[in-house]
Amino acid sequence: MFKRWLQQTTMATMVALAPLSVMAQETPKQGGDIVVTYKDDITTLDPAIGYDWVNWSMIKSLYSRLMDYAPGTPNPVPSLAESFTVSPDGLTYTFKLHKGVKFSNGRELVASDVKYSIERAVDPKTQGPGAGFFGAIKGFEDETGGKTTTLSGIETPDDSTVIFNLSRPDATFLHVLAINFASVVPKEAVEAAAGDFGKKPVGSGTFILKDWTIGQQLVFERNKDYFVKGVPYIDSFKVEVGQEPLVALLRLQKGEVDIAGDGIPPAKFLEIKNSADGAQMIVDGEQLHTGYIRLNTKVKPFDNVKVRQALNMAINKERITRILNGRATPANQPLPPLMPGYDKSFTGYAYDVAKAKALLAEAGYPDGFETVLYSTNTDPQPRIAQAIQQDLAAVGVKAEVRALAQANVIAAGGTEGEAPMIWSGGMAWIADFPDPSNFYGPILGCAGAVPGGWNWSWYCNADLDKRAVAADSMSDPAKAAERTAAWGKIFTDIMADAPWIPVINERRVVAKSMRMGGADNIYIDPTRVINYDAIYVKQ
Amino acid sequence: MASLMLRRLAQAALILLGVAAITFVLLYALPADPARMIAGRSATAQTVANIRHELGLDQPLLVQFGTYLGNLLHGNLGRSYAQKTDVWTLIAARLPATLTLMLAGIFVEVVLGLTLGTIAAVRRGGFVDRMVMMASFVGTSAPQFLVALLLLYLLAATLGWFPMSGYGSFSHLVLPAVTLGICGAGWYARMVRSSMIDVLNQDYVRTARAKGLSSKRVILRHALPNAVLPIIAMIGIDIGQFMGGVVVVEAVYGWPGIGQLAWQAIQQVDIPIIMGVTLTSALAIIIGNLLADLVAPVIDPRIRTR
Repeated sequence: MFKRWLQQTTMATMVALAPLSVMAQETPKQGGDIVVTYKDDITTLDPAIGYDWVNWSMIKSLYSRLMDYAPGTPNPVPSLAESFTVSPDGLTYTFKLHKGVKFSNGRELVASDVKYSIERAVDPKTQGPGAGFFGAIKGFEDETGGKTTTLSGIETPDDSTVIFNLSRPDATFLHVLAINFASVVPKEAVEAAAGDFGKKPVGSGTFILKDWTIGQQLVFERNKDYFVKGVPYIDSFKVEVGQEPLVALLRLQKGEVDIAGDGIPPAKFLEIKNSADGAQMIVDGEQLHTGYIRLNTKVKPFDNVKVRQALNMAINKERITRILNGRATPANQPLPPLMPGYDKSFTGYAYDVAKAKALLAEAGYPDGFETVLYSTNTDPQPRIAQAIQQDLAAVGVKAEVRALAQANVIAAGGTEGEAPMIWSGGMAWIADFPDPSNFYGPILGCAGAVPGGWNWSWYCNADLDKRAVAADSMSDPAKAAERTAAWGKIFTDIMADAPWIPVINERRVVAKSMRMGGADNIYIDPTRVINYDAIYVKQ
Repeated sequence: MASLMLRRLAQAALILLGVAAITFVLLYALPADPARMIAGRSATAQTVANIRHELGLDQPLLVQFGTYLGNLLHGNLGRSYAQKTDVWTLIAARLPATLTLMLAGIFVEVVLGLTLGTIAAVRRGGFVDRMVMMASFVGTSAPQFLVALLLLYLLAATLGWFPMSGYGSFSHLVLPAVTLGICGAGWYARMVRSSMIDVLNQDYVRTARAKGLSSKRVILRHALPNAVLPIIAMIGIDIGQFMGGVVVVEAVYGWPGIGQLAWQAIQQVDIPIIMGVTLTSALAIIIGNLLADLVAPVIDPRIRTR
């Protein structure tokens, strides 16, 4: 079974690596120090806790996991694992570790470290946001319920073998072992840090943290003992935080900065794009993101499916992409185009004001109605909310825009009957791992439609939930295509009930200096954001 | 003097307690749930409940506040929810940067304000006076963000005289301090001008002139020290304003102060950090006002006799 999986993965990787041909032609060079900037400070580098898009890439490079992804692709490949096997029933995963892998404190990494790290991520005391991903491992409920601090489903018969016993087949399990929360950490370093491990990280990844001056900068240096030779390419990267994106861009143009992590402010986008070096400085690519309006199916008149369908026809998505200076494409279904399962033939609801009005009249609202649209209060989200407001007004729906801090919008969404409509901008779903299931459970499934949950449409379709469980149980790699098709159908079928108005698939923009090398998709890596292991400096 | 000090210290403690109580209640009343923010999007209700319990958020408000005050008495501001780090460590790491910027900003605004205000008063009604008043009007009205970006674009990006952002050397400090100074100097200039005009009309100034002292000597030795008194009180108040005002300047110039820390904490509903920064700022304002009260009698003996 593993052989078949490996063959498929290798093929998929080769196909996905095709865009990397630029990199292949250039031959990456070793050496070089680069400067990266971000507006926000880095909160933590503890892999069990860190969960924002800025620290995500750094954690990826500081630690190793059993699985990882081929650079620039959504394809999982073994990493710390030298090999693995999956039992025919999909319930037991056995991993053999690479020998001689060392943590940056000098100690050799052994199987019990893997067990400890995942148990730590699940332990409620860690307060980690990733615990739920490990729900398929036996003993999960006992640990999250506080009965024990270990997971009975993980065995380590010797120093180089880890066995996972699952309580149900989980086709996403290899992805789960590749996310940051599954990073392997040494117990003694965590304990020595006395609750401050996020500032004193010890891992076995491609880089080590050399210096962290709080509020100013972090310096990462190449891990000379990394177990894969020749990786990474750059010697170090310095992350300067607290940098206003506009200033970062000016510095980048002067050659003081190599990667402006926050991208290009909308006001400067076209100017840079049209400049002589713009094409080489801008990396503009798709990411696993969908921005949408959540319609609360528990609130009148959104409990009427015709109203939800009518509003799906009322939104001018092209205009919203223009507000973003074209850094997005209109969406018609929950899954983004890069995600397996995305249905290219599905057209969704076309923009049609007349039809929308007619359907509203049919639903009993010929003169429209009044409602409230929530949005976060950071640019450009209020502007997009206003555009949505105008579109709604054109079909007679008067929406009051309530632009609040993100935390308040999240709280309103998680309170039943509170927020009739929410524009998801700034909080929209970006996949944790490239699998369609990650777009369902918490945001569209019945489990998420609870107080404090993330399913702000409060949509619960028992039939679709059953189909979702069945799809996730297809863990046999031979059924991968069937599973992907099943998931794709779930998402297009959801649109008949229209709990969302899918609006845009936002593109990600990174600005890099002329001396940086590597294909675009390692600067907008679908699983890493920026892949510090794969970028290089042109000499 | 000692009794004044004791009375002011007791007042300071009461004010701090009040600030702590009000901030705590306001943050508690927020509809946002920090446990939900920390737990992330994929968390189960059980995980959220576990985190809420670990943070003590399931305790009654009074118990939580009591615990907070108890910790505060031991100098413990708590641990950041998002960063899982001691709040005081985070504030202490950034406080020197904010204090440096604040002092440099105050220095620039006082020097600018005193100079311009004095010149305007001496040339009252003339062209120079009108120009100074107009400049001070523009300085006080212009958004800090705009001034910061203009200076940055002209002096750093175009002419390359100063670094565009960062921290650690005198050259890094110049532009942020000048930005703060320009935006604050207008008030000082206006105040010094009116105070100076008042002083210049006093009998003792007339006497000094009658004695045949030079105009420069009359202004610098006799008039200015008396006209400067309102400024002392204003510097104390300014410390409070600067604690808020530096947020914008810190953001533009990438200055690693507590303003940035506070802004990020607000986004994440990181209550321990918001509380810590608020209390630190309140303390700075109290100390500023206390210093103003202590220094004023030294400069003006009339205050001592009141």
